[in-house]
Amino acid sequence: MKTLMKGNEAVSAAAIAAGCKAFFGYPITPQNEIPEYMSAKMAESGGVFVQAESEIAAINMIYGGAAAGARVMTSSSSPGIALKQEGISYLCAARLPCLIVSVMRCGPGLGGILPSQADYFQATRGGGNGDYNTPVYAPNSIQEATDLVQKAFNVAEQYRTPVMVVMDGLLGQMMEPAEIKPIPRFKNDTDKYATNGESGRRGRNIVNSLNLQAAALEQSNLRLAEVYKEIIKNEVMYESTVEDGDELVIAAYGTPSRIAQNAVAELRARGIKTGLIRPVTLWPFPDLAFQSLPSSVKNVLVCELSMGQMVQDVRLALNGKLPVHFYGRTGGVIFEPEEIVEKALEIAGGGQ
Amino acid sequence: MAVIYEKSKGLNERALTYCPGCTHGIVHKLVAETLVELDVLGRAVAIAPVGCSVFAYDFFNCDGVQAAHGRAPAVATGIKRCAPDSIVFTYQGDGDLAAIGTAETVHAAHRGENITVIFINNAIYGMTGGQLAPTTLIDQKTSTSPFGRSQSAQGLPIKVCEMLAAIPSSFYLERTSVHDVPNIRKTKKAIKKAFQYQIENRGFTMVEILSTCPTGWNLTPVDSMGFVKDQMMPYYPLGVYKDGGAE
Repeated sequence: MKTLMKGNEAVSAAAIAAGCKAFFGYPITPQNEIPEYMSAKMAESGGVFVQAESEIAAINMIYGGAAAGARVMTSSSSPGIALKQEGISYLCAARLPCLIVSVMRCGPGLGGILPSQADYFQATRGGGNGDYNTPVYAPNSIQEATDLVQKAFNVAEQYRTPVMVVMDGLLGQMMEPAEIKPIPRFKNDTDKYATNGESGRRGRNIVNSLNLQAAALEQSNLRLAEVYKEIIKNEVMYESTVEDGDELVIAAYGTPSRIAQNAVAELRARGIKTGLIRPVTLWPFPDLAFQSLPSSVKNVLVCELSMGQMVQDVRLALNGKLPVHFYGRTGGVIFEPEEIVEKALEIAGGGQ
Repeated sequence: MAVIYEKSKGLNERALTYCPGCTHGIVHKLVAETLVELDVLGRAVAIAPVGCSVFAYDFFNCDGVQAAHGRAPAVATGIKRCAPDSIVFTYQGDGDLAAIGTAETVHAAHRGENITVIFINNAIYGMTGGQLAPTTLIDQKTSTSPFGRSQSAQGLPIKVCEMLAAIPSSFYLERTSVHDVPNIRKTKKAIKKAFQYQIENRGFTMVEILSTCPTGWNLTPVDSMGFVKDQMMPYYPLGVYKDGGAE
């Protein structure tokens, strides 16, 4: 049965339903409902909740909890995620699974607490050191957020990697009816890697990211690259309404994709054949959705609550095949469907 | 033939990577013997820092984790909370514990995490080539204090046991030295007490061990032992700074 849930609480409830055993976090707006919810519910479900002394400590507690073989989760918002990035690099290198929920607010710097998508690069490129990637899911409804949180845990364990779920602040703060539908849990053989103090039973396990031998470290990077190749092959998710005959394609993710949906309907009503592509995974990026567009498409318009970040991935995917335009608002200002329509009409009229 | 002495089963066959005359080897041995004697080797998790003991996870015969610089107490928190039956210890130097990781150290003690910290105080950054540490003594020359540490520029050396003793939730804190046999024996006792308290779920335990760095100090191994005794011990008095389990 669907119940009315706030986004931040819904992802927390979904994480517990997925068997999350421990939450380590630090207060930051606009994601505070997650640690607040977890502080009460983890106690009820026999799990672990620690409010860490810093974002850095929190992500390193995640490193420890994941090393112990537990399903672990942290959440934060933009400046907090910035502080966690060293830890994310270590988690990737040490092949430890975890879930990181990022409720994006405005930047740069302390910025503001209003919704934003300006941390697309932070999520998909990361600021930690070395060659690493993290799968990134971007839901556009609270229902989808509860589904993707559960999937994210499975993907994290299947590929032994940290996984991010990014929500613009809108999704974290708004309420919608949603139902947590449990999905089958990945069978994670923690004996293969966990350092939970059971070496007496199964022999020693080591969790490590250090390797001072050039050839050996290169091999380890190549193994990581193979894992990423598998993720790219198997885990891309997107939605597309593009049909043969469409002339314009709008691309948007997260809550703004719902605003773009209204713009697409309006444009079609005005006789401009328009389709929408909504990436659900931001990494791996749905390149194929753009590379397989029908020949009728003349222009692509990317709409984001940023100065233009995902637009770069769209350009990389299209590799110069089509003109790619951009429309964005920042600082917590959210575009109206009419603004997108206006930009689209300008493009259809031949403008850039 | 009777075996008089053998390597502790708490250490594996790997050769230690420490410099000649460095006391890390002695402390490794004491920790390893303790884990065996308390019968917790099979439950133990060793957390290595960044620094000379970065490879410690490779030497102890139990689960091992390599942590980011300074973050070992946070990693230990995550492991111990998620695997409460494990026996978790961090093995950290002064740069790791008292500079970049001060917050993690203070707050692990503040939460009363049921872990054991083995703190190697050798008054210098060893691994990176002998730079000034928060524990470097006044007038001590290092590669980043070439004229000697001065109070006006770098402040007075930090006293970690004294600092953590002021934290209400810390349980057991002792400072020892390994510069001679009687003190090595006392250090073993302290390490054993700390792990015993952890087994009994008593809370945060730390043994600070005054150690040598002949390479970083530009001293012979023998002179290094003298430096600990004559220079370090007067500023860092040995003793029990807190013992929540004392009768």
